[in-house]
Amino acid sequence: MEKDQDIILNEVTQSEYKYGFVTDIESDSIPKGLNEEVIRLISEKKNEPEWMLEFRLKAFAHWKTMKNPNWAMLKIPEIDYQDIVYYSAPKQKKQLNSLDEVDPELLDTFNKLGIPLEEQKLLTGVAVDAVMDSVSVKTTFKKNLADLGIIFCSFSEAVQEYPDLVKKYMGTVVPYRDNYFAALNSAVFSDGSFVYIPKGVRCPMELSTYFRINAANTGQFERTLIVADDDSYVSYLEGCTAPMRDENQLHAAIVEIIALENAEVKYSTVQNWYPGDKDGKGGIYNFVTKRGLCKGRNSKISWTQVETGSAITWKYPSCILKGDDSIAEFYSVAVTNNHQQADTGTKMIHLGKNTKSTIVSKGISAGKSNNSYRGLVRVAKNASNARNFSQCDSLLLGDQCGAHTFPYLEVDNSSAIVEHEATTSKIGEDQIFYCNQRGISTEDAIGLIVNGYAKEVINQLPMEFAVEAQKLLQISLEGSVG
Amino acid sequence: MLSIKDLHASIQGKEILRGLSLEVKAGEVHAIMGPNGSGKSTLASVLTGRDLFEVTHGEITFEGQDIGEWAPEDRARAGIFLGFQYPIEIPGVSMTNFMRTALNETRKAQNLEPLSSKEFLQRMREKKELVEIDSKLTNRSVNEGFSGGEKKRNEIFQMAMLEPKLAILDETDSGLDIDALRIVANGVNRLKTPENATIVITHYQRLLDYIIPDFVHVLYEGRIVMSAGKELALELEEKGYDWIKKQVDNPLITL
Repeated sequence: MEKDQDIILNEVTQSEYKYGFVTDIESDSIPKGLNEEVIRLISEKKNEPEWMLEFRLKAFAHWKTMKNPNWAMLKIPEIDYQDIVYYSAPKQKKQLNSLDEVDPELLDTFNKLGIPLEEQKLLTGVAVDAVMDSVSVKTTFKKNLADLGIIFCSFSEAVQEYPDLVKKYMGTVVPYRDNYFAALNSAVFSDGSFVYIPKGVRCPMELSTYFRINAANTGQFERTLIVADDDSYVSYLEGCTAPMRDENQLHAAIVEIIALENAEVKYSTVQNWYPGDKDGKGGIYNFVTKRGLCKGRNSKISWTQVETGSAITWKYPSCILKGDDSIAEFYSVAVTNNHQQADTGTKMIHLGKNTKSTIVSKGISAGKSNNSYRGLVRVAKNASNARNFSQCDSLLLGDQCGAHTFPYLEVDNSSAIVEHEATTSKIGEDQIFYCNQRGISTEDAIGLIVNGYAKEVINQLPMEFAVEAQKLLQISLEGSVG
Repeated sequence: MLSIKDLHASIQGKEILRGLSLEVKAGEVHAIMGPNGSGKSTLASVLTGRDLFEVTHGEITFEGQDIGEWAPEDRARAGIFLGFQYPIEIPGVSMTNFMRTALNETRKAQNLEPLSSKEFLQRMREKKELVEIDSKLTNRSVNEGFSGGEKKRNEIFQMAMLEPKLAILDETDSGLDIDALRIVANGVNRLKTPENATIVITHYQRLLDYIIPDFVHVLYEGRIVMSAGKELALELEEKGYDWIKKQVDNPLITL
């Protein structure tokens, strides 16, 4: 019987990756390898001011003194940083009449991914910045947003158009010295999104960035910076996919969020990088540093992530609760299947008084995968009346996968209240049979059970994406249960 | 409707059913009684296709089709419903979502359009009244935190929603107080039509005071050893299962 169950589990978890196609488009790439010359070249291609190049070079010098981190519960094969292309831009074929025009080939690609870039076809209420490999292809609804004083553009454009804002905030939440991958990103980052919400403005639409890796042997190093000024609000969503390739590809991003007084930022991720095939060949290494700073009093930052892709995920979206009365939240569903590995979680650093953080993490492991939650809650000496609630649940499908929880607590203020709950469960044969007996197939039963389990997190996503995320959870586990 | 011929089934090499035969026609209510370990629950599991059990011999036909190799969900969609002795909890999955998926999957198999939200909720309301189930239960996760009685009532509610051709109720009376028993039995009686059939599996006679069977079968050591009308249940109650055991083990004494 257990054998049968494994067979079914296998069938359910082994479906094909839907976004694995390659766009046949010429690209403008620089040669492989990483050195000062390459960094100067990237900066030159982007026509960057001197201060930006300096930032990159300082980061690179520091990176050379650092080592790959190895404390995570991950088996990371050695990465040859000289064997990676650090800049690749799709070449737009024909002469374009206006800046807003996009090569039809690229429009096609994003259409195929379900992200139409023509504004009239877009989901109403969602503005998109589409990034392929190292450059932003198009940002929609820019003008409508500009009327409200909202800046939503590619990072490269921001460097040119809003250098003061970039200079003021870049690297203030994630300094280039922060960690190995942050230093690497700071040296070679290519594109990403920049968001600025002015004082008192509630952004009327969801802002979203869609990242696509297309070119082979290329790394993607995007950088996103979101600044919400006093009394403002924005909800931001990030999605990502990549073609199926036998080689591993590196994605090392930085996301920085700054929330000033009374500002609120909701950041949601649906991460669906190519996870590799069922034997563990290929897939994206997703090594990302995401951090938010609740800088002003009464500010709020909330991370929601649905992580289904990538061969290896190393990612801890964190919050620094600096402003008094600030609030931080982290909601996560991480699915690993086949040979995927994920070590993900969060850090909540309480510095201000009366600060409150909530952590809800739901891990789902199937196949031969390993899924770890790693979380730190730190309450500093002066952070009186800090509150944290953490809940870490693990769900196992089959008996060859692993789930691990590593909670760290550092409390230096006796008025803090910190709670931690953890559970581990398995989808039982009896639960599946019960669903079967009501006419529900095993695959649908697993979908129901998994989505029920992840509901608390999915509910945090903007409506349009919650439905997508639900489907994605089910697809990611297809072939995993029987 | 259902025809079982010389059915043998085992679990981990141990034979539980040893040549069981049974005919059930539309409109009939059959009670299957028997001492503990006689194979009553195994019969329910085998009929619904649970793969814990291996059918080693015999035939199960449902509406003229041999369903011996069918997957559990296909049997369910064809109209076989099992009221579980121990209903399973599924945390996080709302009863509404669960029922809607179940109903629409079943309709799909019958080439029917899925019900609209409005139609579905309407049906929920009607059936809730029919089986006197508390409205709040259907707002919760499937069986999660339900009391024993609530779980059993929820089974009858699901049966009402799915309108099966053949309902198998496995020890539905166990763990019920007399009021809950009456409610559950009323539900079953109301759902009875000339087109459907019910198999009531029970250890005790008391449920049969409320659900009046057309036939009573006694299961012992994996076979039906005695079949008669509803009066057999009363006789069993009076004489106990030892009476059956003696008859079967030493047939000459009673002859």
